[in-house]
Amino acid sequence: MSQDTTVDSPESSDGASLMSFDTELTLGLPGESRSPARAPAFAQGHKKNCTKRGFMETVIDLNLGTSHISMPRGQNSESRVSGTGKYPAAKAQVTGWPPVRSFRKKTLEGSSKLVKVAVDGAPYLRKVDLQIYSSYQDLFRALEEMFTCFTTRDYNMEERKLTGALNGREYVPTYEDKDDDWMLLGDVPWKMFVESCKRIRLMKSSEAVGLGKYKFS
Amino acid sequence: MESESKRKKESPNTAELAVTASFPDEVLEIVLSLLTSHRDRSSVSLVCKDWYRAERWSRTQVFIGNCYSVSPEILTRRFPNIRSVTLKGKPRFSDFNLVPPNWGADIHAWLVAFAAKYPFLEELRLKRMAVSDESLEFLASNFPNFKLLSLLSCDGFSTDGLAAIATHCKNLTELDIQENGIEDSSGSWLSCFPESFTSLEVLNFANLTSEVNTDALERLVSRCKSLKVLKVNKSISLEQLQRLLVRAPQLEELGTGSFLQDLTARPYADLESAFNNCKNIHTLSGLWEAVPLYLPALYNSCANLTFLNLSYTALQSGEFAKLVVHCPRLRRLWVLDTVEDKGLEAVGSNCPLLEELRVFPADPFDEEIIHGVTEEGFVAVSFGCRRLHYVLYFCRQMTNAAVATIVQNCPNFTHFRLCIMTPGLPDYLTNEPMDEAFGAVVKTCSKLQRLSVSGLLTDLTFEYIGKYAKNLETLSVAFAGRSDRGMQCVLEGCPKLRKLEIRDCPFGNEALLSGLEKYESMRSLWMSACNVTMNACRRLAKQMPRLNVEVMKEDGSDDSQADKVYIYRTVAGPRRDAPPSVLTL
Repeated sequence: MSQDTTVDSPESSDGASLMSFDTELTLGLPGESRSPARAPAFAQGHKKNCTKRGFMETVIDLNLGTSHISMPRGQNSESRVSGTGKYPAAKAQVTGWPPVRSFRKKTLEGSSKLVKVAVDGAPYLRKVDLQIYSSYQDLFRALEEMFTCFTTRDYNMEERKLTGALNGREYVPTYEDKDDDWMLLGDVPWKMFVESCKRIRLMKSSEAVGLGKYKFS
Repeated sequence: MESESKRKKESPNTAELAVTASFPDEVLEIVLSLLTSHRDRSSVSLVCKDWYRAERWSRTQVFIGNCYSVSPEILTRRFPNIRSVTLKGKPRFSDFNLVPPNWGADIHAWLVAFAAKYPFLEELRLKRMAVSDESLEFLASNFPNFKLLSLLSCDGFSTDGLAAIATHCKNLTELDIQENGIEDSSGSWLSCFPESFTSLEVLNFANLTSEVNTDALERLVSRCKSLKVLKVNKSISLEQLQRLLVRAPQLEELGTGSFLQDLTARPYADLESAFNNCKNIHTLSGLWEAVPLYLPALYNSCANLTFLNLSYTALQSGEFAKLVVHCPRLRRLWVLDTVEDKGLEAVGSNCPLLEELRVFPADPFDEEIIHGVTEEGFVAVSFGCRRLHYVLYFCRQMTNAAVATIVQNCPNFTHFRLCIMTPGLPDYLTNEPMDEAFGAVVKTCSKLQRLSVSGLLTDLTFEYIGKYAKNLETLSVAFAGRSDRGMQCVLEGCPKLRKLEIRDCPFGNEALLSGLEKYESMRSLWMSACNVTMNACRRLAKQMPRLNVEVMKEDGSDDSQADKVYIYRTVAGPRRDAPPSVLTL
């Protein structure tokens, strides 16, 4: 398990104090579903009598978000976070965590068509529920707001209208459909789009070669 | 009255009583019947034998926080005149799949006892109980005065059981079905209410999914003139909702159906007018799949709203902000984190009367980072809503400084439930543990009753809790602490602690056994994935016979470790209905 992660040298003295913490503790996490790669090490540790797994080992196992622990290989690179002070994606596949009622989880899963929206250059992915929009115009308006949020929050720029950015053809709205093809938003009728869209990407114009002309103003 | 003659037979020498009693039993009973608080009644019953007796004859409502703390026999023996029962069953962590299936908490034995001893039972409120269709049928057929059924987080029944209730309960005033593990095979149960049936005041089937017969629903709503609460499910369209509203302008609480309009629907104006006509609506929920386009129909209704539940509606910040501007009287708000910090800023700016805020995660289990809410949103609300005293907040990052600011703005928290969704996450700005955050909460909020902690926490957090949280009753802990000392501080320091639930913490036998004397004053203790051994549990069980010490074993785990431990006080002795995976020590 530990071989999946590399512990870099701490970026700050706080990181060092976390690492030098040496209380011997045993943390059992029995019976939780884990990916196959993790299972052997966990089971191995647990079978020994009086197993002592350091708290830090468990933190690493759970891939808990401390800044000096890098993400395991195999993680989708799109979700990697850049920028200081932010934490890597938590892949804690722990039973019953976060404490959200299973009823609620099931209900939310079924009730919407959530698709991920990636904006080239922004560190966070967002999600929109396509079912709540009735047209491309509606969707664009929502994407505008989202994009503005990105720039204001993460780059400390002054708020600027996305219409400018889209109109200025800096970003091209694209989406991946059921057949894994990348298409331009607006090419197909709205309902067909909602049904076939898997994810959306606002691509930098310089990269959107070969996708056809951007039609919307 | 039958009960009077029974009582006289039981009284000791009445001449003696006449000398010593300050006033006769009848008067005492009348006085006591005005007491509704369970705690007051418990206190009263401890004063002396006369008061105990008067209290038990005059009590009509009973609340049982743990169904295994007492038995149906003991209950019915002590209280002969009960009309209303509230029962809670499984430990709370069963909501998050931590409790094995078939664990127990079956209502049936209780119903059988009630049929014999409380044939005039009127109300039953169940939470986390196992309820079968057979039980619901039994309920429907054996209690002619039955009026109120409320099921929250229960499982084991289907819509057939509901059909039995609708068919046979002629005096039903309330049917409240919330968030249950129900087998939802058909909506035909709703059509089982007879045409002669008119007494319904509360109908909540918002969390069922199958379609009901809308004509039957319309007729039901039309003839139940006292209907105050109507919460329909997703299958009800906007058009159908409009027709229902027109027939029930007296509604006070409304749960809409789907807010997604299809192309052939009625004009928007009809909908708006229907909403405007319901001048008494103070609680609004539902709004499944809300299309922002139609939200303005609600704006006028929002002026009087005190409770808005958008926890199943994925609204973005802009749409939500536009809506919340119209809700100046809001006292309770439940939302999804899709509204983001900007949405919460709008809450801070527009809802000065807000007392309760719950922010649920729209996508808690997704691997990639989604924005959600951060400390900024919470801080913004605290600046604008100084009366805030209840919060449930799921977020992906937090800082000690932010929490300190929040409690400085809102020192009256009674319920502070903060869930930083990544286990063991430190303050993202300083990289320090979140100890000071919760320290600030317990130091500042002297009225704190309920606390859920999260993030990277050392024993210091628990030292603070033990030292300052003198009114704390419920504490939830996960992935926190460094040593037994943490748990010990809490057990030693919190005099009013009733429920302690712990998972994935490095607390072991020493901590468990340090609470030996304490557990009888608590309702229950849950410890899972900690460091507790079977031997320690056996020791505890041996020394404290009035506690049930139950261990849930996982397959393939170490035999000496106690994976999941549930300890609770009881006067009913060890339970006999535990499944094989649950060992009572």
